[in-house]
Amino acid sequence: MGLFKGLKQSITRVTDRLFADEDQKRIGIYGPPNAGKTTLANRIARDWTGDAIGPESQVPHETRRARRKENVEIKRNGNSVTIDIVDTPGVATKVDYEEFLDYDLEEDEAIRRSREATEGVAEAMHWLREDVEGVIYVLDSTNDPFTQVNTMLIGIIESRDLPVLIFANKIDLDESSVQRIENAFPQHETVPLSALEGDNMDEVYTKIAEYFG
Amino acid sequence: MIEMAEVKEAGDGVRIDMISGERMQGLASMEKIRMILDGVRDGNIVILEQGLSPDEESKLIEVTMSEINPEDFNGIEIETYPRSQTDDSSFLDRLMGRESTSKLTVIGPANQIETLHKDENLISALVSRR
Repeated sequence: MGLFKGLKQSITRVTDRLFADEDQKRIGIYGPPNAGKTTLANRIARDWTGDAIGPESQVPHETRRARRKENVEIKRNGNSVTIDIVDTPGVATKVDYEEFLDYDLEEDEAIRRSREATEGVAEAMHWLREDVEGVIYVLDSTNDPFTQVNTMLIGIIESRDLPVLIFANKIDLDESSVQRIENAFPQHETVPLSALEGDNMDEVYTKIAEYFG
Repeated sequence: MIEMAEVKEAGDGVRIDMISGERMQGLASMEKIRMILDGVRDGNIVILEQGLSPDEESKLIEVTMSEINPEDFNGIEIETYPRSQTDDSSFLDRLMGRESTSKLTVIGPANQIETLHKDENLISALVSRR
């Protein structure tokens, strides 16, 4: 009797876990430093919840902790999808505190910032392996996308079978090339946008609903 | 314990360790990462014949980040080619460990590699002495 009861409870737990988050996926916003991830996260959060997620800045590694915004409900074409947005620190394979000195930071502050940045990148990798169910990969479309960090991260995302959308950000800038990003990652859909100016956000929300709904 | 073969003190030179796929095959993920980072932190260039799996690359970034400190280590430069073939393998292949990870990989200390360029069939590294 006890055995059957235990078995039933186990099955209930497993099915609860399987279906609990079915309607609400945790979407990680990933990409290299200064791609505009927080600007995008803030725009999405402001458009649909009225609140921002975190501070934006020109200084690399401004975001040094993963930040989550829950229950972001996006309405598209009569349907609605609810997602949790996780804004993550930009991923890099090196962090040199001396680079922060170029942004008028004192040495102590630069060292503290670089230490937090390294912790943040490690945290972002952990989230990617354990805690996100879909990825928005943000690239600065004025930069060369053929970098090792981008290739490795897209490879890691693919190996985990996570749905991924590539966002070619900063299309408001003259040097922007969306084509270069499409050529770099032809196996994935690329959506052009300017998170700062709000350009092409209609398509952004339609694709988010389509991919992660 | 995993150790590279003993070599003479490198002095002013730059040591390059070329590690065969066969040697890596017998190692657990963390042993591979430890071997790479120990070499790179000693100022060596590490070349892997067969590279790492995406999961191992992810852990390499994570462990690298945890070891960066302002005094003596600011991270790694890494380049691979060809690109990871993971998107061509099926989920079952990956589940069964049949994932293709064969990609030449060059890893070195970020503060000693001034340029690490890659095109379709060439990786070019300019390495400064310590």
